[in-house]
Amino acid sequence: MGMTLAEKIIAKAAGLGSVRAGEIVTCTVDLAMIHDSGGPRRVKPVLERLGVKVWDAKKVVVISDHFVPAVDQQSAAILKLTRDWVKDQEIEGFYDQQGICHVVLPERGHLKPGMFVVGGDSHSPTGGAFGCYMFGVGATDMAGVLVTGETWIRVPETIRIDWSGTLPRGSSAKDMMLKLCATLGMDGGDYQAVEYTGSTIAGLSMTERMTMSNMAAELGAQAGLIAADGTTADYIRAAGANPDEGTAFAGDEDAACRVVHKFDASALGPQVAAPDSPANSGPVEEADDVPVDQCYIGACTGAKLEDLHMAAEVLGGRKVASGTRLLLAPASTRITAAAAADGTLATLTEAGAILMPSGCGACAGYGAGVLAEGETCMASTARNFKGRMGARSSKVYLGSPYTVAATAVRGRVADPRPFLAENRS
Amino acid sequence: MSGKAWKYGDNVDTDLLAPGAYMKGPVEELAKHCLEAIDLEFAPNVQPGDVIVAGRNFGIGSSREQAAEVLVLLGVKAVIAKSFGGIFYRNAFNLGLLALVADAEADIEAGHVLDLDPASGTITNTTTGAQIAAEPVPEHLRRIVAAGGLVPYLEQKLEKHS
Repeated sequence: MGMTLAEKIIAKAAGLGSVRAGEIVTCTVDLAMIHDSGGPRRVKPVLERLGVKVWDAKKVVVISDHFVPAVDQQSAAILKLTRDWVKDQEIEGFYDQQGICHVVLPERGHLKPGMFVVGGDSHSPTGGAFGCYMFGVGATDMAGVLVTGETWIRVPETIRIDWSGTLPRGSSAKDMMLKLCATLGMDGGDYQAVEYTGSTIAGLSMTERMTMSNMAAELGAQAGLIAADGTTADYIRAAGANPDEGTAFAGDEDAACRVVHKFDASALGPQVAAPDSPANSGPVEEADDVPVDQCYIGACTGAKLEDLHMAAEVLGGRKVASGTRLLLAPASTRITAAAAADGTLATLTEAGAILMPSGCGACAGYGAGVLAEGETCMASTARNFKGRMGARSSKVYLGSPYTVAATAVRGRVADPRPFLAENRS
Repeated sequence: MSGKAWKYGDNVDTDLLAPGAYMKGPVEELAKHCLEAIDLEFAPNVQPGDVIVAGRNFGIGSSREQAAEVLVLLGVKAVIAKSFGGIFYRNAFNLGLLALVADAEADIEAGHVLDLDPASGTITNTTTGAQIAAEPVPEHLRRIVAAGGLVPYLEQKLEKHS
């Protein structure tokens, strides 16, 4: 019997000819990624207690994205500690306030197919879009990786999620993921490997695939994999790296999966997650007309260049409703620059969007853009847990960038399709 | 070990345990806000030795291990849940918090006093006399918890060898 994509990458990292789901193996880590919140400030004391430095400075990437830019002495001190530690450890892969780690890592050419990558953040499954086995751990586990260059893993079973058909106009990868959260639940992934397959996935751009893999975290999966193909290689080349340095594994036809779920993209309309869980999702019609105080296009999930393009399609020639504010935090500084160059930024800001620095910010209630008691937000982010974006009584709805933009125009949760149809007529 | 039960439902997430707004500050301050979005009574009143009883998927969300660390700081001895988020489960043991997998919600009410035997996987509700089966915790993980987490455990081991 053949091996799954997950088993092939893990076998390579473990230096074994084959592995089987359920086995516990020790893997050599190709790359470790940490950020300012769970990174240096948490692992530095551990490394000091053990009296060691990182095992291989060339295999560590540090990205300051959580407490950026500094708003007070506490956040300024965390960012300075991060800078000082990176220098002390002689780590060259350091990106200071250049964007959100899950987006910056591939954008700067660090991911190649077949890599085994550990990230100090729960949305680390994003790297799975590049055919990497990438997963998130806490700071103590990460300290273990930084000391030894290895970590243990229980080889996961694979939960295959097969999508066929072409997405209708106004629907996106975000809608596919909200549909999956509602159908499978936030523990549907059971800390196993999700692998997305099928004609819909093959037709998705790299950034849309990243949204799929990113939200494998909301399914409770350890990883969210997509086998690398020509689309992957093109993206990596454009990022200035050589995809051929990686290994584009594909799962064998006869590999054993726990289950194969089948979904039809051609019938999928815009989805909205009502508070307080991504699993609380349904068709946009069900949440239609809920008044919102704030709209937010941001985060690793929903502020990549293509996400901004979606928002601009709806917001072009229109205005954000009076009484509603639209905050826009592109996921990286390169995305801000690209959106400025192609006119997207002008479209969005002319519509009334308020441009913010790149970072995790409002999504996790860390930075600027948080909600007051009783306020409601519609966001392109991944999580709408109670109180996550601010006050405990604040409420967050989740939707695609199309849906967030449509909601900003109406001032109430809105279906983007009438706006897109109007554009064409 | 015994302690009083605090009871919550399914999907207790890391943002509830360790709210983002306080993540940049000292973890002792963060602990004062643990679970405040769903229960303002918990952090000020939880006593050393108390136990959290929950449903499915405890600790879903972020990889921030402060979600487990604040419970340890508040004196929580164990979390009993039907299932755990994968990252949280590892973080819990790494930080010295006992995570017990058991379907215990029907047999335990808030305020009941529980006696835990992680080696055999036995939870005794001393208030009602009910016994509940949990997955036994392997010796290796019990030693990490007893040491106060993975780092102190490794330090102890290194000292023994030196």
